Amino acid sequence: MGLEFNDETFRGDYTFRNSAKAIARFPFPFSEDSYMYSVNMEPHLPGKPGSVFEHLFDVDEHYVAEMRDRALVLAEDPLRCQSLPHMTLAGWDLLELIMQAKARDYPQWFTLTCDGTRWHWINRPMQIDQTFTFLDETTLPCGPMEYITRQTQGDFTLQDQRDDNLWLEAGMVTTQADWSLDFDIGMSFHEWHAPVPLAHEMRVFDRALKFLLNLQLGAPVRRFNWTMTVDPLLDTSPENYPKWGPGKTTMTPDTLGHRQHLRVELQTLHRLPRSNAIVFPIRCYLIKFDELVTVPKWARRLHRVVRDIPDELATYKGFIRNKPLMLEYLSPFDDGAPTSPGILPD
Amino acid sequence: MSVGAPKIPVRVAEVVEVNPLIKRFRFVRRDGAPMPVFSGGAHVVIDMDDHGTRRMNPYSLMSDPADTTGYEISVRRDDAGRGGSLYLHRHVTPGMEMTLSSPVNLFPVDARARKHLMIAGGIGITPFLSQIAALTGQGGRFELHYSARSRDLAAYADGLMARHGDRVRLYLDDQGQAIDLDHLLQGQPLGTHLYVCGPKGMIGWVCKTAEAMGWPKAAVHSEEFLAPPVGLPFQVQLAASARTITVGPAQSLLEAIEASGVDAPYLCRGGACGECETDVLGCDGHLDHNDHWLTDDQKAGCQKIMPCVSRFRGNTLILDR
Amino acid sequence: MDPTLPPSIRSRPVYGVLTARPGPRHLMVADGDGAGALTEMIAGAPDAAAMLAQSHIIYMPGPTGVDLSANLRSVGVAQLHVSPSFAASLPRLQKVLADAHMGLQIYLAGTEGLIGLAMREVMQAGLPWQAVQTEHRGSTLRRVQCVHCKGITEAVRTDPFVCSHCGLNLFVRDHYSRRIAAFQGVNIDAEDPGLVPPAAERFA
Repeated sequence: MGLEFNDETFRGDYTFRNSAKAIARFPFPFSEDSYMYSVNMEPHLPGKPGSVFEHLFDVDEHYVAEMRDRALVLAEDPLRCQSLPHMTLAGWDLLELIMQAKARDYPQWFTLTCDGTRWHWINRPMQIDQTFTFLDETTLPCGPMEYITRQTQGDFTLQDQRDDNLWLEAGMVTTQADWSLDFDIGMSFHEWHAPVPLAHEMRVFDRALKFLLNLQLGAPVRRFNWTMTVDPLLDTSPENYPKWGPGKTTMTPDTLGHRQHLRVELQTLHRLPRSNAIVFPIRCYLIKFDELVTVPKWARRLHRVVRDIPDELATYKGFIRNKPLMLEYLSPFDDGAPTSPGILPD
Repeated sequence: MSVGAPKIPVRVAEVVEVNPLIKRFRFVRRDGAPMPVFSGGAHVVIDMDDHGTRRMNPYSLMSDPADTTGYEISVRRDDAGRGGSLYLHRHVTPGMEMTLSSPVNLFPVDARARKHLMIAGGIGITPFLSQIAALTGQGGRFELHYSARSRDLAAYADGLMARHGDRVRLYLDDQGQAIDLDHLLQGQPLGTHLYVCGPKGMIGWVCKTAEAMGWPKAAVHSEEFLAPPVGLPFQVQLAASARTITVGPAQSLLEAIEASGVDAPYLCRGGACGECETDVLGCDGHLDHNDHWLTDDQKAGCQKIMPCVSRFRGNTLILDR
Repeated sequence: MDPTLPPSIRSRPVYGVLTARPGPRHLMVADGDGAGALTEMIAGAPDAAAMLAQSHIIYMPGPTGVDLSANLRSVGVAQLHVSPSFAASLPRLQKVLADAHMGLQIYLAGTEGLIGLAMREVMQAGLPWQAVQTEHRGSTLRRVQCVHCKGITEAVRTDPFVCSHCGLNLFVRDHYSRRIAAFQGVNIDAEDPGLVPPAAERFA
């Protein structure tokens, strides 16, 4: 592994950490001092160079370590990656989308050469050199969605569009904030969002679904979601909750800065060409509080967001228990001064 | 305009007279790049300048989605229409430049179907051509029943029958041949999906028959090429743009809004997809809802209108545009 | 509205009232008190005799022992199969669905467990699930899948309950999967092992 990629763990000894560069580009999700749900989708256009929005799929210093962790999760639980049979074509669409984007945006790491349907893919960081026939899954070691998402950061769900609805019918889900692919696969848009409190009353999902049904080729959108995680654990699945749940109860004021993480999901949505399906990448970024407070604006704002968030939301996001400890840690950083709008550091 | 999706600048590569009523047009990208891959059943909106009148008409893509060298559409000449098909037939020649929207699919196949049963009438054959090409490549199971006025007018029937044998059945009106719909719908295995595209009457007949024979709505799919109806001219106030416009008799409300320089969202331009849904701020008169999008309740009220196909009769109409 | 199934989250199934629909053939699957939904529907059918001549009923007793098969025997349906359990009826159900044609009307009545299991077979056979009519009658005992070990506990009566496979204490969510035909059970004392609220009788 080169100097470009961290050698770190997301379990056991938890050696994960962000370099100064990673901290500076961290997608802090709060553009104002309080938080409430909204559809908040915007076009996924190329953003500021160096930012997480610069490229269609962001590859950062955690790439190799995250893929190693994914492989471990899948070895322990193969049900984290499933594709209903009719979704294989959508898997090919996704493979094409990712391979083309990464070969274009990171040519130093990825190369894609196509000769008709004979494709040649090179992934240098993961030392993969693969030739295969596009649309023929017998020429890949596993299905196309699994193949490419084992090499791409973030979770992915594929949604079939029919009956004026979206149906979650394939996915690679190993870095989720507490939902089960195995249970939810097959559900419609409103069904898999059913457990989210408050948002349904606010018709957030009605508007989101209507918007997504008309999502077009070549016009992806993005939005943020966020939660909190104790320890830099990517695999906070319901399946493993008995293993990671207890970790929440052992936090102390001394360990909080190191163990408490803000977990931000950069969610994008793309229409796929052959299947007409929608892919929903959910890219997870972690930052520990000790790292986050090195940016004064973020420290100030995060204190206010956590202080004012309704208990129902804090409970749903799983951090109600440690909210007092978090506030105790953050309040010294909040001098009460106004904070500039937007998410970028001052 | 439809938000965000890139437009495709093209050149007409070929114009072929398929039969006395139908011409096929082939488009290639002006920059020589490959066309975007699409899914069978998709359409594009062609943005044309007909001697000063801007026309934006949707046409199903009939070419093989895997063929990225160009897109093909077939246009049936409608002498009594608003002029879009006449313009294409009479004035469009190879070498001309136009702009296409990105492909949009409002008539996809159901990927779970054990079998796809397709019923086409006349020019309604076009979306099935791209679907059949895609399904053939994927090993899907389909059957096409194609009804046309005469052998002459049964565009592409020869090629389909040559390639797909008895999976394609042709019914010619002038030979007294008609689809035995009851018989056809009786013996289909569970998991068959039914698709129909053709004249309004045919679609109505197939959907009603399927329903009467117990087919669930979720297994019956149709696409109707709804052209904006003509009508009396009327005035409209665009509140958000602070201007008043007049909608001509052969011009749709959406076209009139666009012609005045106001950008309104759209996607299918045929009353089906909901993208152009507009709030009505004031209405002293009668809204003629010609779309398939609004609910019956919404059509009974006067809070919403679909400008791509609907019209107004009366004194005042104020829209939130 | 069924008072034993109060409104809940969007993934919680909602059942209706069976009505005879036009179609060449009819398949009815029911357990326990669901027999009543079938007989009432048939009685209200525009042409009950014609419908019965084209109908196939598969019936089994409910999880609490309710057995109304006698009522169904006197109805005069063309095909009636009374099975001791859903599992025993499964090969027959799968064969009927494999031989079926589009136009078949399907009616499911009784417990959520039966409805969910039968619905799953219908979906497997390729028919859109929205086409199937359902009516809940009788027991509200639930099938619950433990999200941790994936084992399904049948006829769950209390909340929380103990997973019959791995022994974890689980609370019962209303989040429901059609594909698994079960509600979701999640470990209730992960963060405070042993701190389990008393099991309340929530389903009967």
